[in-house]
Amino acid sequence: MTNFNQQQILETIEMVKIHHLDIRTTTLSLSLRDCCTTDTKKTAAKIYDKIIKYASNLVAFASEIENEYSIPIVNKRIALTPISLIGESCDNVDYIYLAQMIDKAGAEVGVDFIGGFSALVDKGFTKGDLRFFEQIPEALATTNKLCSSVNLGTSKAGINMDAVLKTADVIKQTAQMTANADSIGAAKFVCFCNAVTDNPFMAGAFCGVNEAECALNIGVSGPGVVSSAIAQLPKTADFGEVASCIKRMAYKITAAGEVIGRKLAKKLDIPFGIIDLSLAPTPLKGDSVAEIFKAMGLEQAGCHGTTMALAMLNDAVKKGGIMASSYVGGLSGAFIPVSEDAGMIEAATIGSLTIDKLEAMTSVCSVGLDMIAIPGDTPNSTIAGIIADEMAIGMINKKTTAVRIIPVIGKNVGESAEFGGLLGSAPIMKVNNYSSEIFVNRGGRVPAPLHSLNN
Amino acid sequence: MNKADNQVIITVSGTDKVGIVAGVSNKLLQHNVNIEDIKQTIMQDNFAMMMLCDISKLEVSFKEFKDSMMALGEELEMEIWVQKKDIFDKMHTV
Repeated sequence: MTNFNQQQILETIEMVKIHHLDIRTTTLSLSLRDCCTTDTKKTAAKIYDKIIKYASNLVAFASEIENEYSIPIVNKRIALTPISLIGESCDNVDYIYLAQMIDKAGAEVGVDFIGGFSALVDKGFTKGDLRFFEQIPEALATTNKLCSSVNLGTSKAGINMDAVLKTADVIKQTAQMTANADSIGAAKFVCFCNAVTDNPFMAGAFCGVNEAECALNIGVSGPGVVSSAIAQLPKTADFGEVASCIKRMAYKITAAGEVIGRKLAKKLDIPFGIIDLSLAPTPLKGDSVAEIFKAMGLEQAGCHGTTMALAMLNDAVKKGGIMASSYVGGLSGAFIPVSEDAGMIEAATIGSLTIDKLEAMTSVCSVGLDMIAIPGDTPNSTIAGIIADEMAIGMINKKTTAVRIIPVIGKNVGESAEFGGLLGSAPIMKVNNYSSEIFVNRGGRVPAPLHSLNN
Repeated sequence: MNKADNQVIITVSGTDKVGIVAGVSNKLLQHNVNIEDIKQTIMQDNFAMMMLCDISKLEVSFKEFKDSMMALGEELEMEIWVQKKDIFDKMHTV
């Protein structure tokens, strides 16, 4: 007779029911390298057909597996090869048309988001890249599920400052074109330093050029599980015990993701790619990374000690999770989006969490400045300055950093933006009002950093 | 399908009353589901029963079986979870 352990079963049910354990996303990574033609319409048709062919069962099969284990799979997504690479060979390429056809295919197969409307310009632009940048705002404003990302820097190549400036323009224009919905278009766009090629999370998921034909990448979640486990420790438990507690929980969360990911990949008859060990919050109460800081003993996210708390959390999540899966990748760590985390929203609203503290935290978190709403009249040069700072942190520290910032047109500090769903709501945060204008307009490329003489 | 795919854990919880075990076992009989083990416990003043079952002779789809167990849960005013067993083994053992 097979044994089973009552406590383990009750603990699992409690993790799902009370602490919001879920699989945040199952993302189908799909290469489009065989879709290049010299005609935009033909390329679009090939992309559309390929998405339908590979992804038509994704949603139905994911729902079936979700039902078998009673662990929710919140989002089903698709990540494509960066479209700038695929569209470039078309004569007079129309990236907006490609965007709309991709969005249509996404709607047809019923996924929540479709990413890969992307360009990799960390070392420079091709002619196609330049056209692509011009067309991002309209592409985002005329689609629903499409997500866009650009890679602006790497530790190997430095930072493309011309691209940083253009990206600031893209963000502002996208915000203006979606001003009637609190500038939500900008929430579907992210810029990176050291972008990863197998990230399942949006808005930055794309299928890297080094990736296989297709694969299933899984993003797990469960900050509530970690915060409740820490909260149950005595207040005097030392950091070794806290780290150990986080590792145990990260192991369990990842193991759940691994089982479900492999089952789904098998059912879809595609290879299992990676599991991204991320603690991704949602606006639901209790599903919050900020709550973990509180459980550790900080009064609010953003108070002194938060960077250290996040550093330890991020490291322990990786250490625990890596034991539960052989193929770990993506962004792996703890996300700190403001609008998607009830505790972060509270901390930002009362003034405990500022953009400067968030910037410091991004030097140890899994990604970067994420889902931050700023005044709609913030100059483009200030947005470029914010991006440049964040890219620099990634470049020097050899980590992925990102900026997903929303200049909310018509709103100012003291007001709040409503994005709805997983994107949540965000208080408009104050930015530094002194000018970065002359600095960011210098343009050119920041030279690649030295990889020795570390201090 | 291998053995692990056919093993499910059914968890029934709520206020203790007459007829819970009978109601659940009767439904499992209707579906041709074999009960391999049963354990009971009291959790925060609530009754909780866990059954290890084999569904290899199930005559309907997993979804239909689970839906009918959920409906039974409403009828008995108990919370019922039906989950494939391998998830617990993977999550809680190294």
